[in-house]
Amino acid sequence: MRMKSALAAAAIVALAAGCGSGGGGDKGGSKAEPGEPVKLNFLSLAWQKESVAANKQIVDEWNKANPTIQVTYVQGSWDNVNDQLVTQFAGGTAPDVIHNDSPALSGFASDGYLLDLSDKLPAELKSDIPQKSWDTVTFDDGKGKQGVYGVPFLQESQVIIANKKLLDGAGVRIPTPDNPWTWDEFSAAAKKMTKGGTFGVAWPMKSPVNKTLNLALNFGGTFFQTTDGKTTVKVGPEEKQVLQRIHDQLYKDKSADPAALGQGTADPLPAFYSGKFALLPAGVYLRQQVAEQAPKGFEWVTLPPLKGTTADQGAVSQTLSVAQDSKHPDEALKFISYFLNPTNQAKLAKGDWLLPTSVKAASDPSMTTKENGWDVATASAKNLVVAPFLKVNGFDEWKSKVATPALQEYFANKISIDDVAKKLVDDGNKVLERYQR
Amino acid sequence: MTVTTRGRSAGLRRVPQYLALLAYVVFLAFPLLWLLSTALKTPREMALADPTWIPREPTLANFADAFGEQDLVGAATRSLVVALASSVITVVISLPAAYAMARYRGLVNRIAIGWVLVSQVFPFILIIIPLFMILRDMELVNTLPGLVVVHVTFTLPFALWMLQGYVRAVPAELEEAAAMDGAGRIRTIVGVVAPLLAPGVVATLLFAFISSWNEFLFALVILQDPDVMTLPLTLVRFTGPEGVARLGPLAAASLMATIPSLIFFAIIQRRLKSGLMAGAVKG
Repeated sequence: MRMKSALAAAAIVALAAGCGSGGGGDKGGSKAEPGEPVKLNFLSLAWQKESVAANKQIVDEWNKANPTIQVTYVQGSWDNVNDQLVTQFAGGTAPDVIHNDSPALSGFASDGYLLDLSDKLPAELKSDIPQKSWDTVTFDDGKGKQGVYGVPFLQESQVIIANKKLLDGAGVRIPTPDNPWTWDEFSAAAKKMTKGGTFGVAWPMKSPVNKTLNLALNFGGTFFQTTDGKTTVKVGPEEKQVLQRIHDQLYKDKSADPAALGQGTADPLPAFYSGKFALLPAGVYLRQQVAEQAPKGFEWVTLPPLKGTTADQGAVSQTLSVAQDSKHPDEALKFISYFLNPTNQAKLAKGDWLLPTSVKAASDPSMTTKENGWDVATASAKNLVVAPFLKVNGFDEWKSKVATPALQEYFANKISIDDVAKKLVDDGNKVLERYQR
Repeated sequence: MTVTTRGRSAGLRRVPQYLALLAYVVFLAFPLLWLLSTALKTPREMALADPTWIPREPTLANFADAFGEQDLVGAATRSLVVALASSVITVVISLPAAYAMARYRGLVNRIAIGWVLVSQVFPFILIIIPLFMILRDMELVNTLPGLVVVHVTFTLPFALWMLQGYVRAVPAELEEAAAMDGAGRIRTIVGVVAPLLAPGVVATLLFAFISSWNEFLFALVILQDPDVMTLPLTLVRFTGPEGVARLGPLAAASLMATIPSLIFFAIIQRRLKSGLMAGAVKG
């Protein structure tokens, strides 16, 4: 019996050794032997069914058309990609082509882990993507030189998803991309729709920072200012506008559903389908869940972004970058150029229910159809500008340690607008200072 | 009072105990049952304001999606191999060490115990980059043996601590009695101590298995090739940013992921007996 146990244990260890012949180390980054195809590892963060399918399809098409440059599709996850990359960059085994978002690129760029693509971008790719999108991937290299550290390809805007029956019943003007609601009209509409246990709007504010900062640009609120190379937090009248207006809907107009306040972005959807509230300000990607989950007979529409003094919204981009340590940077860039051509960008945007940065992709019929509000969503891309927080060193810490708890307290009506402003500035500047020494 | 009446009142006294036990079983089973319910629901039913326990329109589409999109069987096989190898190696190494720590008291022993405790206070994230570089130099990155080495290393201190407690619980008098009967040290350990340690070994094995089966962070940074990825790395692919997830396929895949560990538990739990040493040293 004991002998059998010992043999079983030995067999397990041997099996583990056998199963583990995964290539050891930097498989994707190794130099190709003469006659051997170049091998690239592509870390993708696509997770929606249609998006994963689109990614795999594009990679398969590339591999068929390019036998000398073979790409291995590796699926990662948004939640922990940066932990994974930090280790792999430090160990020199990072994938050749890396999918991420623009806020993450700043740190990796200044640490020298990403390739500067400034002089390497093909003209066709460069001209197809507007400069304001390229601005979201342009960062300091840590030595004072600006570089382009990724190709931006998907962006998100904040629209309003509305219950059509409640919207029509309220008899309010239906906004269009050319004539969107102002914040005043939005507040009035929400008040009008608040009756008989139904609220006009829901503001899920579990993660309030990016949402409010992006919307603050409607009134020119930037939250950060840079003077003589030093960045500080500012919360003046412009920054307070959106904060105050949301707060008013919750506690003055009482037109916002208080139950949604502590929820994550998608959490209020069941209440939305049951008609508990009429309007849900959300990222364009949330349309996918509404289209998939809404009960039969439930009609919904996508309304364009709100307008304050402008309709501008802050945006970040999803990006594809090349690792500095990649042995095949030219081939990696060739693959990226193919992967992000207008046809493929339209497929990827459709799969993720986001907006393509490619001008040509945005005119693809699948991006302009009225079905599921694509026409309104795609039109909203014109209002996107670089999020002001994107290039602020220490933003992540300010966001998690200062802004998130302060805004949550404010929206829970525990502190005043002046209190939240003071916290954001005083505590925030202490955080930022450490990053600028 | 008749025997029947006494039996009945004893039975009645047990009712609250059974009710409490039933409540505990329901509490333990709730997540698994909810997982099963979610795995069989359509996206539409999952988003109902009033959630249902029994799916109105049960569907296997989530299972089809989960298995169609990801290599769940391959990932589960690799996880099983890693977990079995890690748990067996952990026990094989920690058993003799635990015996020595429990039976031989002295300065070295105290230092060793202190070191084991201190090793538990370091956050893993602090050492992950140096560890990764060591594994890279040993060509163990992107391999399952590399992951087994890491899992064994990090499970070993606690396993040692656990087993040491079990060894201490075995009365030294039993070993002395065996010695008086002429058994040598090895014979005493193999013939007397080892059988009494079986429940402790099983408990340690289970602990090491579950730790390895669920482990995510080390697997995330060590395994890069899709062909060697373990189950936790595969399950996380159904989640998106900011906690948004594809609940249906995730529930279906998670449900399938619990099955191997449930089977392992079912096989091994019979060995988890207590009271083996009750009365062992009574005169």
